[in-house]
Amino acid sequence: MRIVIGEDSVLLRAGLTKLLADGGFDVVDAVPDAGQLLRAVAEHRPDLALIDVRMPPTHTDEGIRAALVIRHQYPEIAVLVLSQYVEERYATDLLSVQTSGVGYLLKDRVAHVSEFLDALRRVAAGGTVLDPEVVAQLLVRRRDDPVDRLTPREAEVLRLMAEGRSNAGIVEALKVSHSAVEKYVGSILAKLDLPQTETDHRRVLAVLRFLRA
Amino acid sequence: MIWTEVAGALWPARTWRAIGHALVGLPLGVLAFALTGGLPIGLAYCAGWSLLYAPTGDRLLTTTLVVLTVLVPVPLWWTVRGLTALQRRRFRALLGAEIPPPRPGPRGTWRQIGYHLLAPFIGAGFWLVLPLVVAGLRGDDRPLPVTLGLGALVLLAAPWVARGVARADTAAARALLGPSRSEALAARVESLSRSRADIVAATDAERRRIERDLHDGAQQRLVSLAMNLGMARAGLGDAPEPARQVIEAAHQEATQALAELREFVRGLHPAVLDDRGLDAALSGIAARAPLPVRVRVTVASRCSPVIEAIAYFVVSEALTNVAKHAGATRAEVTVDRSGDRLRVAVTDDGRGGADPNGGGLRGLAQRAASVDGTFTLHSPAGGPTTITVELPCGS
Repeated sequence: MRIVIGEDSVLLRAGLTKLLADGGFDVVDAVPDAGQLLRAVAEHRPDLALIDVRMPPTHTDEGIRAALVIRHQYPEIAVLVLSQYVEERYATDLLSVQTSGVGYLLKDRVAHVSEFLDALRRVAAGGTVLDPEVVAQLLVRRRDDPVDRLTPREAEVLRLMAEGRSNAGIVEALKVSHSAVEKYVGSILAKLDLPQTETDHRRVLAVLRFLRA
Repeated sequence: MIWTEVAGALWPARTWRAIGHALVGLPLGVLAFALTGGLPIGLAYCAGWSLLYAPTGDRLLTTTLVVLTVLVPVPLWWTVRGLTALQRRRFRALLGAEIPPPRPGPRGTWRQIGYHLLAPFIGAGFWLVLPLVVAGLRGDDRPLPVTLGLGALVLLAAPWVARGVARADTAAARALLGPSRSEALAARVESLSRSRADIVAATDAERRRIERDLHDGAQQRLVSLAMNLGMARAGLGDAPEPARQVIEAAHQEATQALAELREFVRGLHPAVLDDRGLDAALSGIAARAPLPVRVRVTVASRCSPVIEAIAYFVVSEALTNVAKHAGATRAEVTVDRSGDRLRVAVTDDGRGGADPNGGGLRGLAQRAASVDGTFTLHSPAGGPTTITVELPCGS
């Protein structure tokens, strides 16, 4: 899989390149700012762009803005954003364009190498990976919407869905039976008023509803 | 330069300057008196007298006097300003005394007129010495020693009189030509609040700088270290058990340190606050609180970065307090803006009885006060506790 990295810290850029190379990925370019990142993506058309949120020149949200540009121009390129602090606003921005092939993780997660590489693969395969911190932030927003009607357990399941886990992953995380998880997911989809017809992306829609609430 | 030496030996330079000041003071004072008081009042008197008693043949004179009475005070305001500038120059050049300019406005002008009416009388104080000198020199029928004695007396007295006059004159000028006491106080308050605002802004900028430095430096290094340890850990397939344990422990330490540093740095100043505002930044701290927190922010337009930083700090500190002391099961943060006030309220359902003099709460009160904000604590024993901070948020 071909990857372009945008990260301004030399140390991390080198480290990520090595980590990904060791993991069997093909890092075609690694650049230090958003402008160069967009040029590199246009040139190499990678499968995935791995992007740091804060980069020169303003050191605020260049990475997010670059990611949005990439999402718009090349919907086929998956985007995984890394940040020292994850903010749900950035995540909502990212997901507003397209919900598949996108990830937003805390930088710390790269230390857990196999989990990180796994997240990378899931995003490249069209999955959605959100850091638990983002999800936690989403839960504190005050809202008057269907999400409030969820029981704590259902909210927990929705949180895990938002983190990009499959039913099997949720079973493992919550230590409950497979059928129980299916039941929770069903009632979440019902409470969020997502019609039965949209079979393929109902989970993502549920997560989105949750994010936009 | 014998003359200056003699003069210097006789009286110090200060005295000579005071004498010069007093000598110039009388003619200038008389001129100022005439222009500000004498002329208008005199004309008015003449006009009044002429109206009452003048024979009918003198109508022309009477009319002229009345017209002059009306016209002369018209440029008075500008005349006063010019005279005041002259007097201020006299004080600066001859006494080295700086009389600060008053605030513009009618009150200041009336006080200046007051000085100009008073000045000749102060100046005259010194000129009284001159007749004494003359009397001393022209004592034809007096014996020589008496003349000499009188001369010596005048010489001795002159510096005292000159300096006394200068001092009185300076005091009068400061009181009447400079800003009044309340004006001086107002100016002082203004300059103090300006310097306080500068300090608050500088502190805020410093926090941002520290956050930036840590973010670009220590944090990236730690991530890199943790990542390398993670890679080492993953690649340790057949390493001996002790080595594996050490690496695993180091990896855990590094990720732990990273989490702690992140927690600390975010408390300094989150970048998302500048970028997206209070609403976005507050959900971050609320999410990391060890108890469920609801956040409701309704702020139509943003406040200044300094005010936002203080509001963020207030919520951050208040939630830390709630977690540490309140024994609460949940908390709620509301931020709204009405007019030019930003209201931040943090409520918890804990045991109440919070001490407003505790370190954390005092810090909040001080932080709010640093920008003329208010802090109120409502915490009856048994709870619930509400902290409300109102900050100025002019647009």
